[in-house]
Amino acid sequence: MSRFAWLRRLWALSTGRFGLLVVLTIGVVALVARFWLPFDPQAVDVDGRWALPGWPHLLGTDGAGRDILSLLMAGARTTVWVALGAGLVATVIGVALAALGALTARWLRESVAVLVDILIAFPVLLIAMMISSVWGGSLWVVIVSVGIGFGVNIARVTRPELRRVLHSDFVLAGRAAGLTPFQNLYRHLLPNIAPVLIVQLSWGMAVAVLAEAGLSYLGFGAPLTEPSWGLLLKDLQQYISVHPLSVVWPGLAITITVLGLNLLGDALREATDPTLTRRRTAAQTHTTAVIS
Amino acid sequence: MIRYALTRLALLLLGLFVASALIFLTLRVLPGDVAQLIAGIDAGPAQVAAIRERLGLGEPLAVQYLSWIGGVFRGDLGQSLLTGAPVAGQLAEKAQVTIPLGLMAMTVALLIALPFGVLSAVRRGRPDGTALSVGAQAVAAVPVVWAGMMLVLVFAVWLGWLPAQGFPRAGWSDPASAIRALLLPAITIGVVEGAMLMRFVRSATLQATGEDFVRTAAAKGLTRTQALIRHGLPTVGLSIITVLGLQVAGIIVGAVVIEQLFSLPGIGRMLVEDVGKRDLLKVQGELLALTGFVLVVGFAVDLVHRLIDPRQREAE
Repeated sequence: MSRFAWLRRLWALSTGRFGLLVVLTIGVVALVARFWLPFDPQAVDVDGRWALPGWPHLLGTDGAGRDILSLLMAGARTTVWVALGAGLVATVIGVALAALGALTARWLRESVAVLVDILIAFPVLLIAMMISSVWGGSLWVVIVSVGIGFGVNIARVTRPELRRVLHSDFVLAGRAAGLTPFQNLYRHLLPNIAPVLIVQLSWGMAVAVLAEAGLSYLGFGAPLTEPSWGLLLKDLQQYISVHPLSVVWPGLAITITVLGLNLLGDALREATDPTLTRRRTAAQTHTTAVIS
Repeated sequence: MIRYALTRLALLLLGLFVASALIFLTLRVLPGDVAQLIAGIDAGPAQVAAIRERLGLGEPLAVQYLSWIGGVFRGDLGQSLLTGAPVAGQLAEKAQVTIPLGLMAMTVALLIALPFGVLSAVRRGRPDGTALSVGAQAVAAVPVVWAGMMLVLVFAVWLGWLPAQGFPRAGWSDPASAIRALLLPAITIGVVEGAMLMRFVRSATLQATGEDFVRTAAAKGLTRTQALIRHGLPTVGLSIITVLGLQVAGIIVGAVVIEQLFSLPGIGRMLVEDVGKRDLLKVQGELLALTGFVLVVGFAVDLVHRLIDPRQREAE
């Protein structure tokens, strides 16, 4: 078995292929959009307002004559940045809480576990609004609130995993060989919980994409100057009865991205843990779904 | 049972304490000088001092927290900084929109999730079963605000069956219009939540199909579907109760976004406005009410589950 056997198993699943392709595509689009866009997404063209999909505006234009494809590509940049940022914050918070909840003295461990159980009831959107009311909305608010909200989720799933690995022989051997707990964490524990983390990360990023769209729509996410799928939805909402097609594109972009990340998470879970029973997948996917 | 209820009650109280402390700390301590923030940047020192006096910001934090919580126990969630109106009264008024909306959304979600979830499990591996679970995955990925826009497009703009926005001025004294106004928003939240719940129903049903008592019933001569319906579905129902708490949180979040889209005068829209206006005291009361509600529902759901699921009691 090579180290990358799980990748082959992932590709063998149709959900894995779909998820991987979607996520790679969005990533590449965001990267390309960094350097090149078909049109300037903020360029106003009064004569070219509400162009239908065609050439040169493949997805048409909006009420200011802005090219919708360019707006979506620029929005992908924001989406990817928020998803990566939120994923990173969630991982740091999740692993820290899980480590505190698994490796420390008993009273601390139990208190952290209870705290995690309580915090998990807080919807991400309410956390985001709480932060927004103090500092105003921004993409940072989205990143931090999804990071906290989903980090708690990661902690809940990772903690039992950590405790399981903790009692395995190689960790005991490491301890006997004189590794400090944190050396042990880094060298033996983290690599062993990595599969669980990657799965959670994929689902967490799906949450981040939905949260960014929802919060930007409400006015607490991306600032008006920033291209964002959620903001685009808000802009186009008032014209829905006249120009319905334009509203379809940003929603479709969000849905496909979220679906890709969700399916990638499901498939990663199946690929990295062949003993998995189906019910566990569905029961745990569900907890990721509470967001927007 | 009593022991379980008391432990669970202690956890609820702890949860309420943690929630209130977090809300208090975020909204009172993190901003730095709350009085300055409220007064605005160009306010003079006298104005700031007056606000500080009025809110009791000079007191130690613990005293401020206790006086806030003391008020909450007397049903006083504080007052709006801008209008002075009591938060509790406004919440009660807006709840007349949000609670019916939430109940209707929950009904729609269950009406979708239960039949389709069981069906997609029973028909697993066949084209229709696969189509159902693919559909559930796809709908669960739809942002709720976009789902609302698409439903408005079809049912309000094209078909003209339901209003696209707004709530009758007369409120519930005109029940027919009120229900019509809430129907499309409730369907929007219900469809997206229902798709998520459906995946849970499906996995619970699949699990039930594998249980010994269902297999035994099938071996005794029932068809597999009969065995599932008679012996399997009760356990499915029990496991669904456990996720209803989660569902309530999802519906509240959905309502915040959807009330905005449909211009409904509910709690969610009020919260969005108050956050935008930085009415910190009001936001504080509203957030406590909402998170408190989620925690209390979670508590009630756990107790009910314990009461009606005999397996839970035997575990004691």
